[in-house]
Amino acid sequence: MRVLSAVGWSLVALAGAGALGVLALRRGENVSAAWLLVAALCTYAIGYRFYSAFLAAKVFALDDARATPSERLSDGRDYVPTNRWIVFGHHFAAIAGPGPLVGPTLAAQFGYLPGVLWIVIGVVLGGAVQDMVVLCASIRRDGKSLGQMAKEEIGPVAGFTALVAVLGIMVVLIAVLGLVVVNALKSSPWGTVTIGLTIPIALVMGLYMRWVRPGRVLEASAIGLILLVVALYAGRWVAQQPGLASTFTLSGKTLAILVMAYGFAASVLPVWLLLAPRDYLSAFVKIGVVLALAVGILVALPPLQMPALTQFTDGSGPVFAGALFPFAFITIACGSISGFHALIASGTTPKLLERESDARMIGYGAMLMESFVAVMALIAACALTPGVYFAINAPVAALGPTVQTAAEAIAKWGFVVTPTELELLARQVGETSLLSRTGGAPSLAVGMAHLFSQSLGGSSAMALWYHFAIMFEALFILTTLDAGTRVGRFMLQDLGRHAWPAFGRTNWMPAVVLSSALTVAMWGHFLWQGVIDPLGGINSLWPLFGIANQLLAAVALCVATTVIIKMGKARYAWTTMLPLAWLIIVTMSAGATKLFSSQPRLGFLAQAHALQAARAAGTLPPGVKSAGDLTQMIANNYLDAAVAAFFLLSVIVILLDSAREWWAVLSGSKTPRSTEVPFQPRAFAAGD
Amino acid sequence: MAPLVSFARRAASVLRRVIGAPDYERYLAHVAHAHPRAIPLSREEFARDALSRRYDRPGSRCC
Repeated sequence: MRVLSAVGWSLVALAGAGALGVLALRRGENVSAAWLLVAALCTYAIGYRFYSAFLAAKVFALDDARATPSERLSDGRDYVPTNRWIVFGHHFAAIAGPGPLVGPTLAAQFGYLPGVLWIVIGVVLGGAVQDMVVLCASIRRDGKSLGQMAKEEIGPVAGFTALVAVLGIMVVLIAVLGLVVVNALKSSPWGTVTIGLTIPIALVMGLYMRWVRPGRVLEASAIGLILLVVALYAGRWVAQQPGLASTFTLSGKTLAILVMAYGFAASVLPVWLLLAPRDYLSAFVKIGVVLALAVGILVALPPLQMPALTQFTDGSGPVFAGALFPFAFITIACGSISGFHALIASGTTPKLLERESDARMIGYGAMLMESFVAVMALIAACALTPGVYFAINAPVAALGPTVQTAAEAIAKWGFVVTPTELELLARQVGETSLLSRTGGAPSLAVGMAHLFSQSLGGSSAMALWYHFAIMFEALFILTTLDAGTRVGRFMLQDLGRHAWPAFGRTNWMPAVVLSSALTVAMWGHFLWQGVIDPLGGINSLWPLFGIANQLLAAVALCVATTVIIKMGKARYAWTTMLPLAWLIIVTMSAGATKLFSSQPRLGFLAQAHALQAARAAGTLPPGVKSAGDLTQMIANNYLDAAVAAFFLLSVIVILLDSAREWWAVLSGSKTPRSTEVPFQPRAFAAGD
Repeated sequence: MAPLVSFARRAASVLRRVIGAPDYERYLAHVAHAHPRAIPLSREEFARDALSRRYDRPGSRCC
């Protein structure tokens, strides 16, 4: 039996290595997506079978005889012993969002190889480790949050810095996601109407669950899902009526204001009316779409049109500025390693686990699943021809205003696409133009429409598939945006109550309105700057988000390392220090580049100086519409620089504070004292 | 028919818990088991309470 298992796992390892070899070495002809799938799945299998088992047995010594918080603190509400498959689904639905879809799509400008290697290797040694270790640490501490653990394990300085950093990261995250939605809906009446209708649909569901059939979530969700399909067709109908279509053809600025108004409303209105129903709907759609994408890719097994590496690895790429190192590693955050997961893994999830050993499947396993979503997004992007990919993802400043200028610009980069092809594709998906739809959502939607219409027959359905994909992406994003605004509001109120106690009262309307407005103003400012930016905004905001997210991961890994060292397991601390070291290298160099690079398209300060020089000379740089916009862009670049500097400083503070603690324990000047809740035996009959 | 109904009930309970919807029946079962003399929250109170717990703190949603 042991021999058989050894042979089996050797075969899996060989298959994975072989597939990676094909991906890395084959040049000049299109590689099938099948190789990518095999490489990813085999690496995941090996990582799960061996590395997660190692973490479970050696680092934490997970023990099924030990009671988990769900049993010890069982209250039927937060702490509920739950079957591991259900927790897996719940945890996956909570961690998966637009991040793993957008990042790989943008990083495809380097070719498929950097993306796939970082996603697959990063998750096995980094992201999944982070999620699992934070989850285990939290389970042993009554389900404490990352912030609390940072404060208790490392110290108050690290704790407070982590709190403020999380708020800052939240602001940047919401802004960039808002920008993705704005760019996807700009001048698209079909998309705008469909997404707009999801708001009244949520209201209907909310009212149904409140007054008609209280608490019947599944009935309301079924109604919501049916109405979503209606909304999809309603959008098409509106787009076909010339008069109505022009009413709903909105500019980026108008959409940005609408998104801000929505975020404010979601934060102020009662949760049951808007937030909760959207969240349920989004969870269903999320799981459905991930399954559909998997089926579509498995059936079509498209060839990868994108080369393994493009010439843009040198940093001259149009989608975002910056060379392969370090920018590939911050562009793809979710999918490889995402700091946000540490908040979930120390939030709801640890309060549900029935057995300690479930942490392996839920912490490590669910992250592998998310990584697989990122791989699928990468396939969808790379299955487009590079010409089409760059036409959708490069900003106006690089492509010019028409399909002709775009085709010329793309030909200069060495890729072929004709103006007619671009026009035809836009018509096929039911849009007037697909040029410079930066942000990743439209190109993913085109990729998915392409896959679905291939595997399900007929290009006539392309337009429906495209808008279906846009709809679900926007649905995820707005769900993160509204919940995030509300959480931001609570964090702000919590910080502000020290200065002004009444501000902290979460049910006092003036405080609620003020703190919500402040939160929206913070992310709204970044969103607005992205909308007026002639480089498309994604260019500067996505790297900022990537740095922020990776820095949060660095914070989580600092906490995790401290926990492991204090547990007396310093000899295994390399498991978290390895990804931590890599993230510090990547984020510090990316942050320093964004701050100090002398190239205006890369460095925030250099761009501010270049814009100031233009203003002094009395000229407007290409794409900038007015002197007012120019002045704002200059201020924005300084602000971006300040935010990047703040993130870097926060991490240095937390890292130094942690290192001090590690040194104190390792040098023997402080005895390691575990803050784990003492062992209590588990009652075996609990749960289902 | 009976096994079908029981299957549908179980499936519905699984779906509810996956999407993080409040599960009142489980809460009632918990109260009956752990605090037999306490008066449980009504369905509506429970739903309100569950929502505010879910949305008022970070760590419920991700990117």
